[in-house]
Amino acid sequence: MNMTLRALLGATALLTLAGLASAETTITVATVNNGDMVRMQGLMDDFYAKNPDIKVEWVTLEENVLRQNVTTDIATGGGQYDVMTIGTYEVPIWGKQGWLASLNDLPAEYDAADILPAIAGGLTVDGNLLAAPFYGESSMVMYRKDLMEAAGLTMPDAPTWTDIEAAAKAMTNRDAEINGICLRGKAGWGENMAFLTAMSNSFGARWFDENWVAQFDQPEWKATLDFYLNLMTNYGPAGASNNGFNENLTLFQQGKCGMWIDATVAASFVTGKDSTVADKVGFALAPDNGLGKRGNWLWAWSLAIPSSSQKQDAAKAFINWATNKDYLALVASKEGWANVPPGTRTSLYANPEYQKVSFAKMTLDSINSADPTKPTVKPVPYVGVQFVAIPEFAGMATSVGELFSAALAGQKTADEALAEAQALVVDEMASAGYTK
Amino acid sequence: MARAVTPRRKLFFTLAAWTVALLIFFPVFWTILTSFKTEASAVATPPQLFTADWTLQNYSDVWARSDYPRFFLNSVIISIGSTLLGLMIAIPAAWSMAFVPGKKTKDLLMWMLSTKMMPAAAVLIPMYLIFQKTGLFDTRIGLVLALMLMNLPVIIWMLYTYFKEIPGEILEAARMDGASLKNEVLYILTPMAVPGIASTMLLNIILAWNEAFWTITLTTVNAAPLSAFIASFSAPQGLFYAKLSAASTMAIAPILIMGWFGQKQLVRGLTFGAVK
Repeated sequence: MNMTLRALLGATALLTLAGLASAETTITVATVNNGDMVRMQGLMDDFYAKNPDIKVEWVTLEENVLRQNVTTDIATGGGQYDVMTIGTYEVPIWGKQGWLASLNDLPAEYDAADILPAIAGGLTVDGNLLAAPFYGESSMVMYRKDLMEAAGLTMPDAPTWTDIEAAAKAMTNRDAEINGICLRGKAGWGENMAFLTAMSNSFGARWFDENWVAQFDQPEWKATLDFYLNLMTNYGPAGASNNGFNENLTLFQQGKCGMWIDATVAASFVTGKDSTVADKVGFALAPDNGLGKRGNWLWAWSLAIPSSSQKQDAAKAFINWATNKDYLALVASKEGWANVPPGTRTSLYANPEYQKVSFAKMTLDSINSADPTKPTVKPVPYVGVQFVAIPEFAGMATSVGELFSAALAGQKTADEALAEAQALVVDEMASAGYTK
Repeated sequence: MARAVTPRRKLFFTLAAWTVALLIFFPVFWTILTSFKTEASAVATPPQLFTADWTLQNYSDVWARSDYPRFFLNSVIISIGSTLLGLMIAIPAAWSMAFVPGKKTKDLLMWMLSTKMMPAAAVLIPMYLIFQKTGLFDTRIGLVLALMLMNLPVIIWMLYTYFKEIPGEILEAARMDGASLKNEVLYILTPMAVPGIASTMLLNIILAWNEAFWTITLTTVNAAPLSAFIASFSAPQGLFYAKLSAASTMAIAPILIMGWFGQKQLVRGLTFGAVK
């Protein structure tokens, strides 16, 4: 073998090795910045050990920016993202457009049947699971057990709105800066309208009738808004029209709220190290009005694959790792069971270790009591508990939220806010072609 | 005749200037302070300016979670690249408008400025598609081009204003001495307009550095600059304010330092021709 031939063979071998090295598939995952997602990024060594041929690049963005970027990308078939973090609002809308790849063919060990039925229902379109839930949440009542006891009251596990009003009245102590109840007032479809839409379900209200006609002129919405405004005016904190999740969390952690009805995910914060009332917090289901529906919502941050992704196999391998039962066990082994992403799998709630977590049962019961396909008492033409899964909803609900927030701030009456909301929604729906 | 400035008036204007300056700087100051607080102190109610538990933990967390040097390098390349490319196009354009104006020059200047009046979101989809189809998406050269085009009207307008202050007779004298057009622009006009060009350059670097809409929309991983770095620490429910503040401080620190050192040039350029 002469030198030239050896050199050629050597070069060929090197090129082959280089080719093997470049067989690594890189996927881009778009996600939001929250505790569970950050934790997952810190556990990627486990994924790489199991999938040495896949590299993950993260694009972390604020929720609204992420929504805009992935919507633009998916609508133009850009294929810049291989895995997207999306909510239960997007899945039905994008699913109908054919923008998401089906996850029905995930491996058997993924055990899709283990996903909580209420969550799976919101992520399935025409029999196809289009997104795998990473964590799920509902809303519930978080209350101060010590203040309830001092007032001589007991919070039922499944309270009514009348119970809530009585408790708020009893716990309010303006001299001690304690507000009986803290609720969202800041305008936004994901802020006050998430709460008020879910609350309205328990009063029998709905956004639209079966023919997409707006329903803000109906007595159920009037009852909802009147009750909310009275409750907040009499027993809520000052400046409540500016309070969202974060502001109320701070108030509750500092002992300034007797009750707070908000996301189940807040349970770990109000019982965590930053809370001054961590050992005094009790949990109850979101209230009802005796009509068979509770005022709790349902949301899941989920991982989905856009149809335009060219790396669907690698993307599915990642989703399988990030949302299966082994991942929950991995988090538990590193961070403890209280930090496991909640609200996705039936088996998690059957786990004796997880059952010891104080808010586990109430979270499960809250999720199970929400039905995105039948959110309220009367029939509706839409899917979604605290939202209506149509593209026009986010803009409309934010505008309506501004009206209701203004009513809370005392700038409008409830009747004025409802009349303006009705006119606004009627116009929008006619413009969008739902009604004439 | 200039009016005499009494000590009382001087004191009043000094106090007013300091008050306005502090009001403008206060949000930045608050962000910097928050970056050294714990998350609990950062969202305390009522808000606290100072805290007892100062910490550097946010900076170490942000550094550990993100590839800051890559975002920083992208910001440097994109802002300087787009500014230099813009100047290369704008200097000859502003020269022709200032010294050999045509009938439509004023209209042209107004038209260029009008492109800045359109909201960026209005051209989101066409821009997105163009960048995708041409392979410019998530590339530094793509962002250099986008930001250069976006800021070009501002660069041309600023240079046009400075060039108009330079007596045309000097350029005529150079021409009579046999200077070519290239030499006239390079060796006569440009040195005389250095303060204006420098301030234009500084201002455009700042504009490009702070641009957030296109730099976040047209990038994912490779070309993402510090605006995307900040966005990655913004949380859906408004949590992690302290870490977000640390990320913001790390992102604005380089441009703040550059602005501090370049402020003399910047002010000189911006007030060039203000008093005749």
